[in-house]
Amino acid sequence: MSANLVALWYLLASVCFILALKGLSSPETARRGNAFGIAGMAIAVLTTIAIIAHGRIDLILIAMVIGGSIGALVARRVQMTQMPELVAAMHSLVGMAAVLIAVSVVNNPGAFGEHDPLPRGNRLELFIGTFVGAITFSGSVIAFGKLAGLGKHFRLFSSAPVVFKGQHALNLVLAVVMIGFGVAFFLAEEKAWTPFLVMLAIAFVLGVLIIIPIGGADMPVVISMLNSYSGWAAAGIGFSLNNTMLIIAGSLVGSSGAILSYIMCKAMNRSFFSVILGGFGAAEGAAAADSSQKTVKSGSAEDAAFLLANAESVVIVPGYGLAVARAQHAVKELAQKLIAKGVNVRYAIHPVAGRMPGHMNVLLAEAEVPYDQVVEMEDINGEFGTTDVALVLGANDVVNPLAHEKGSAIYGMPIIEANKARTVLVNKRSMASGYAGLDNPLFYMDKTMMVFGDAKKVVEDMVKALE
Amino acid sequence: MTGTVDPIVVNLIVFVLAIFVGYHVIWNVTPALHTPLMSVTNAISSVIIVGAILAAGPAQIDLGSVMGAVAVALASVNVAGGFLVTQRMLEMFRKKTPKKTGTAEKK
Repeated sequence: MSANLVALWYLLASVCFILALKGLSSPETARRGNAFGIAGMAIAVLTTIAIIAHGRIDLILIAMVIGGSIGALVARRVQMTQMPELVAAMHSLVGMAAVLIAVSVVNNPGAFGEHDPLPRGNRLELFIGTFVGAITFSGSVIAFGKLAGLGKHFRLFSSAPVVFKGQHALNLVLAVVMIGFGVAFFLAEEKAWTPFLVMLAIAFVLGVLIIIPIGGADMPVVISMLNSYSGWAAAGIGFSLNNTMLIIAGSLVGSSGAILSYIMCKAMNRSFFSVILGGFGAAEGAAAADSSQKTVKSGSAEDAAFLLANAESVVIVPGYGLAVARAQHAVKELAQKLIAKGVNVRYAIHPVAGRMPGHMNVLLAEAEVPYDQVVEMEDINGEFGTTDVALVLGANDVVNPLAHEKGSAIYGMPIIEANKARTVLVNKRSMASGYAGLDNPLFYMDKTMMVFGDAKKVVEDMVKALE
Repeated sequence: MTGTVDPIVVNLIVFVLAIFVGYHVIWNVTPALHTPLMSVTNAISSVIIVGAILAAGPAQIDLGSVMGAVAVALASVNVAGGFLVTQRMLEMFRKKTPKKTGTAEKK
């Protein structure tokens, strides 16, 4: 195949990738989009295999079958609550693949149609692709450990931030040293393994150090950020191989991750910089001391069911606590019962309601909640004034009215304005505070009734009471 | 002005334009589908597999081609896993959810 023909096939694959992302603009077109993505990938792989038609195709096919079956198995088995872990694990694989390819490029540039030793122009990009790939790998491994709750076994995986004195200074020094070796690699005449490997080793360490100080609450940002890095790593490798398709795909993914990070930061009212510096969530569990002096009204699931049945409109505000309790199906049943009684039921979703962007939507979709009942925060906030009952299930910080009060720790964070509904029902296991470690005035309002207990049990009791 | 444009410059042009395309396409993605977006971008970024295939390609097996083969395996996990899990999630967002059993939903 001529180089021009290869480039044109790659162009076709790139267009498919763009269409794959474009399809996600609505649930109706999304599946077609995914088909485009698969088509693009097939074109890219087959074209590349055609290039090396005289090489070790057997080796490649074996590797593809092994990897592909593992991937397919995991994709079938994974539970929707585990999506953040899966995505983190997959980021680490992209990072590692980038590193391995970079090693191979240094070893034998001829295989990629490059001069041996590699020209300077390509070395600079190879250096960038390599260290971003290495940081993506080790950072994602740490993020995976934190998300999977492996902190008990290994302290670096602790979901609480791991901080020590001089952390940022150490990171800075390491980054400077790493860039120094990168420059040495760039300027060298020979293959220059030593600076390359030292640079690589430092990048792996940096990936760990960058992620450990970031607390569990900020995980949605971290996953998005690593998503972005994995894209930039791919683009970097694309630059060093002069492969425009890799550059395009990498840039699409890189900008996607960056935009998602931005959306997540905004939803938590945190600057990207402060998330990266970490340490947030260290004071977890330090609940406000004065909470015991205020009184809350609490009621049973039956009382709550009575209020719900007599309402005209109900907005359900699900939080991650709901998913932990595996109560999505029970909630859907409750909603169906209410709708059958003529109640207008909708779900209000905060962007950080789950542990990754859009997580709660997937969890509700899994429970077969129709997506047109699920409304994003901005679209539903204006309607709470005419809502009879807001049912808050396992959410806390995202409905905390303190966000509207100057001087509070979460001032300015966009919230779901459940406090504006005529009646507020809140289900929680206890009065413990959320990630932000703040008390929530919503719980003490006159119109609020607390229903304590496990979300699944409480919702099931409500369903029974409605019958 | 004489001479041909350096490939690096061409790459840079492609890079900048692709970021613009990405920016506009991604802002159009509905927030409800942000998790599938992340899994599908994961699959797309594993198009890095083309680099891995080239690395594993040479008839002579050496350090580079072994590294390449391992990279092919790692990227394949993502290609298959990424697209399939995206598909699985998007099936849940169907308008009328057909009664489906058999998809591994172990409790």
